[in-house]
Amino acid sequence: MILTGPSGCGKTTLCRCFNGLIPHFYEGELKGELRVAGLKVTEHQIFEMAQRVGLVFQNPENQLFALSVEKDVAFGLENLGMARDEIRKRVDWALQTTGIEDLRERAPHELSGGQQQRVAIASVLAMQPKIMVFDEPTSFLDPLGAQKIFEVINDLNKKLGITVILVEHRLDLASRYADHVIVMDSGKIALDGKPREIFNLETTRLLGVGVPKAVRLWGLLQQSGVKVEGVPVSSEEATQYLREVLKR
Amino acid sequence: MIEVKDVRFTYPTGVEALKGVSLTIGDGEFVAIMGQNGAGKTTLVKHFNGLLKPAKGVVLVDGVSTKDVSVAKLARTVGFVFQNPDHQLFSETVEEEIAFGLRNFGFDAATIEKRVTWALNLLDLEEYRKTSPFMLSGGERKRVALASVLAWDPKIVILDEPTIGQDHRQKENLRQFIVHLNSQGKTVVVVTHDVEFVAECSPRVVLMTGGEIVADGEAKKILTDTALTLRASIVPPQVTRIFLGLKDFGLPSDVIDVSEAKRLLVDYLRGG
Amino acid sequence: MFVVAVLFNEFIPLAVLFLLQLPFVFVAGVKREFLRSLRGAAFFATIIFVFNFVFGYFYQTYGGESLLEYSLTMSLRFLVLVESFSIFFLTTSPDHLGLALEQSRVPYEFTFAFTTAVRFVPVLAEEAQTIMDAQKARGLELERGNFLKRVRNYIPILIPLIVSAIRRSLELAETMESRAWGASPKRTNLYVLKMKLGDLVLVALTVAFLALGVYVRYFVSIPSLTQLIPGFFF
Repeated sequence: MILTGPSGCGKTTLCRCFNGLIPHFYEGELKGELRVAGLKVTEHQIFEMAQRVGLVFQNPENQLFALSVEKDVAFGLENLGMARDEIRKRVDWALQTTGIEDLRERAPHELSGGQQQRVAIASVLAMQPKIMVFDEPTSFLDPLGAQKIFEVINDLNKKLGITVILVEHRLDLASRYADHVIVMDSGKIALDGKPREIFNLETTRLLGVGVPKAVRLWGLLQQSGVKVEGVPVSSEEATQYLREVLKR
Repeated sequence: MIEVKDVRFTYPTGVEALKGVSLTIGDGEFVAIMGQNGAGKTTLVKHFNGLLKPAKGVVLVDGVSTKDVSVAKLARTVGFVFQNPDHQLFSETVEEEIAFGLRNFGFDAATIEKRVTWALNLLDLEEYRKTSPFMLSGGERKRVALASVLAWDPKIVILDEPTIGQDHRQKENLRQFIVHLNSQGKTVVVVTHDVEFVAECSPRVVLMTGGEIVADGEAKKILTDTALTLRASIVPPQVTRIFLGLKDFGLPSDVIDVSEAKRLLVDYLRGG
Repeated sequence: MFVVAVLFNEFIPLAVLFLLQLPFVFVAGVKREFLRSLRGAAFFATIIFVFNFVFGYFYQTYGGESLLEYSLTMSLRFLVLVESFSIFFLTTSPDHLGLALEQSRVPYEFTFAFTTAVRFVPVLAEEAQTIMDAQKARGLELERGNFLKRVRNYIPILIPLIVSAIRRSLELAETMESRAWGASPKRTNLYVLKMKLGDLVLVALTVAFLALGVYVRYFVSIPSLTQLIPGFFF
């Protein structure tokens, strides 16, 4: 699921609610009920929530604090007091799944931003949460690096069945993977639905969301009276649909 | 005017970041330096204000070699807005922050007053004049950093990855602002890997990869050249990728702008 | 070796100690770093030498050996002290150190703080450089001005650095919490340091060496260089 909206709409705050950072880590007032993965967030400590909900942050550098990749990935499991063999198995698995086996012994400082983010993802993955939340994970990466991360995240969802909540501005690259989109504005949920519907709405664009150019093109064509069907969420789809239209 | 003549540069760690780069940027130009992370873009622009000095070759700003002048002196002509505003902000109020550069360059109190007000208005920050910069949101801090550099009215303005972490509306505002700056006669150099951003302003593009310049020219021509974008490991604009698959319909392939794409398609459908 | 060095005031034993350290350096393969720290230490050693020489000339508190030798000895002792520490830190990787601390029952919070600090040193250094660049690009002159002015000029560097460090720690704390920090009172560790035979041997040797040092100091009279090579020193 993609969560998007203009700056300051509250998406980051919402993310922090999912794993308990709000209300336990941050002070403030929390009204209403919050239940994630079957647990009432207000009643469970962050470390309990962390085993079901993983959170990956924006800045890769500040998520890695051990002196080697392997140690970093093991960190969460060590905290849980797991047996050493189990830790080793899970670390191996997490490194393999994110495709960074060869970076095992490296120090975080030597890695590129994209590699660092994958280490962060592996570290959260090792705890085998059912849900993973990603708060603008590609902000500091170039488009190619961003694409790789989206592919990894997509694999987690499609191959491992993990529920993914992705907060993103870069909808051009990410929207092809989503099956659900929520747009927030000023602390409230403004739109909620399937990507193809939501992106095509004028409201979405007016809220300040950077809808994928393919959808923009679609909207412009419709305005000009061209009969188009379906809504493309990736350049490949757009090409496909356009070919149909042009053949007529 | 900035002239880069066959510059080579190696970092103390041993990484050769620039392998013989030559480039000329004339006054009033709008240039985007593009390439993936690690291509050498930031290294190159840091030579423009003397932060880095070439190991071989020479960089001339208005005819003077950067090796002969201090960074502070060069900064008077070449304003550099860093990627992370938090690396610059340190004052108690936004006003103070903007006055910092002006004071360093020896402006008198009256001029500083005027310039600060001017810069605040330019970037819509008057309401935050007496606010602490640390209290502002990310986007607002970026504007403060930008204002503090524009305050002393440098002839050349360099922006290093200005679109990082910005939402769509902020990017749009920034784009309009940069175009406005350029229309006022300022030389604007933007370092970015945001292809869509470049596609929308269509400046002159200098494409780098592996420490070398591999292309220099119109945004349109460069971003639609598949061989080039592959070589430089950049992702072409979405519209370009869409039109790639439509070549057999006789549609042109050098499209980067959505409006133009629409126009072409509509014309094609109407004309048959 | 540190302890033994403090025991002695005489040149010869100290020279011996210094030479003894060298094989360790070669074995550990840290020649380059060692030489670098030697250069730094040599600067201070020279200061110590000069001070001792000058003050000794006026106050004559030494005995038995010449002034020159005395000064040399003091410098040498300093070198030995510094170098033994240097070798220790050069040959022990920070995470082994951290693990050792942990296993010695130091609370995990402290070892974590230690390893994290080490991990972020290069990051902070780089950031300090970036901040300096950013402020220089706004006209800040770091090289000119009298002493007071120069110190003031560093404020625009320090504040962003500190603010950034604080922000960084906040993000780190968030990450740690999100990875179940504090979940279990007893943490397991991926790695365990074991005492190998080599370690035991080294410990035994160190104890023996220390005993020998004490013995020599109190029971053996060591001739000073002056007595051995008369006429060489004035």
